Amino acid sequence: MKCEKCNRPATVHLTEIRGGKKIEKHLCETCAGQIEGYPTKAHAPINELLTNFVLAHSGMTKDETGTCPQCGISWSDFRQTGLLGCEHDYIAFDKDLTPLLQRAHDGATHHLGKVPTRRGGTTVPVKRQVDLVRLRKELSRAVEAEDYEKAAKLRDQIREAETQV
Amino acid sequence: MKLSDLTSQAGEWLRGSGPMSEIVISSRIRLARNVAGFPFLTRCSKTARKSLEEKIRDTILNSRFSTAKTFYVDLESAPDIDRQLLVERHLISRPHKDAQGARGVAVGENETLAIMVNEEDHLRIQVLRSGLQLEEAWEQINAVDDQLESTLDFAFSPRFGYLTACPTNVGTGIRVSVMLHLPALKLTSEIEKVFRAAKELRLAVRGLYGEGTEATGDFYQISNQSTLGKSEEEIIGDFKHVVIPKIIDYEHHARRALLSEQPLALDNKVWRALGLLRSARLIETEETLVALSHVRLGVNLKRVKDLDINKVNELFLLTQEAHLQKILGKKLEGAARQAARAEFIRNRLSNN
Repeated sequence: MKCEKCNRPATVHLTEIRGGKKIEKHLCETCAGQIEGYPTKAHAPINELLTNFVLAHSGMTKDETGTCPQCGISWSDFRQTGLLGCEHDYIAFDKDLTPLLQRAHDGATHHLGKVPTRRGGTTVPVKRQVDLVRLRKELSRAVEAEDYEKAAKLRDQIREAETQV
Repeated sequence: MKLSDLTSQAGEWLRGSGPMSEIVISSRIRLARNVAGFPFLTRCSKTARKSLEEKIRDTILNSRFSTAKTFYVDLESAPDIDRQLLVERHLISRPHKDAQGARGVAVGENETLAIMVNEEDHLRIQVLRSGLQLEEAWEQINAVDDQLESTLDFAFSPRFGYLTACPTNVGTGIRVSVMLHLPALKLTSEIEKVFRAAKELRLAVRGLYGEGTEATGDFYQISNQSTLGKSEEEIIGDFKHVVIPKIIDYEHHARRALLSEQPLALDNKVWRALGLLRSARLIETEETLVALSHVRLGVNLKRVKDLDINKVNELFLLTQEAHLQKILGKKLEGAARQAARAEFIRNRLSNN
């Protein structure tokens, strides 16, 4: 499906109720950004923003020498063995790891599987965030397949999940 | 329950039962997990490693899934032959057998469950079942994982999922492996088709004992490689509905072709193999596996009618070095071991 205003693919789908009438708009990201009131950064999950903020202020990212402050492993240590030193390496070497993960996992960068209920429950609402990632993936599939009934349902589910955070 | 109680039976993976068992030997699922707050094993001090092992062992043995039949083997102190026996039964990996330091394995639920402690990750939970039983295996392992997680805090990130020492396992930490017996595809030189299909679907093909091992006895292990960006059910579903049926079809097709186009050549392979096993005075493991593979094909295609398939399945396991020595109760090497193996096989195959 193409954007109503230009020829780029439509990725934003808005439904407005105005005076009892339903109006649907299908736009690309850029054209949608020009509409008043449309939040351009709506896709960044709140938890990710928070995590980045916390990390930036806690010294948890890798230090000047390029090693993980938690376990002391460097990127070249990892390249030699193929094994990481601790769970924080995933944060410390985030930028270096991402392309490697994409190669190893068919381009995937986000987890979509099981979430531990306890760990999920005691720290951040992890399960919900993973659900959101999954729902967004399903939504883009539904839009691609032009299954708008399903897309509308998924949009509702996403909105519901977001308001719970 | 003790380790030595196991030797006389075939073990879950070669029980030869379960759906599609003529071709599908076993279904295996393993989950990689690490305990939050402990470094991964490459960065673990001796003391941390030891306390980690104790913590995980106690958690396992106090879990609801542990019964009187569950047992734990301390691999740091276990003799070589016991560790080899566990490898032959697919209860531990070769690297786990050869590693150093505090480590172990818990075995339960009739050997369908094995939890390696301090392997590459803190925990490697494995469920192994005969035949094609992936959904059953997932149900079982998921419940075990839930119970462990009610006590242990697993390293997890919302974005990356379960955090593992090697980034190739991150996310679900799942490896789904199906062990297939594909003698007809090998005999008709069409096994390449399987490799190609597997490659297209981004799957790994390995030998009898996993990573870095040869496909002896026409056993091939097919496993998923990517663990991130898909749910466990999706990964298992792909296997059950797409990959495995396709390969089973290929093998059936090759078997039919052998029967209709080259029945004499087929019988020649099968009966020579049986003749070898019934006559040899000295025989090595490798030669045994190759001959057993052809006999197994012959029994499954009803070319050999007076031989019980379970007897053949058992021999795959019982003729391997650690099993043979455990059963005979003595240490055997070189020619003495080959002679003992040949005699053991002759005895097993004669009385029927």
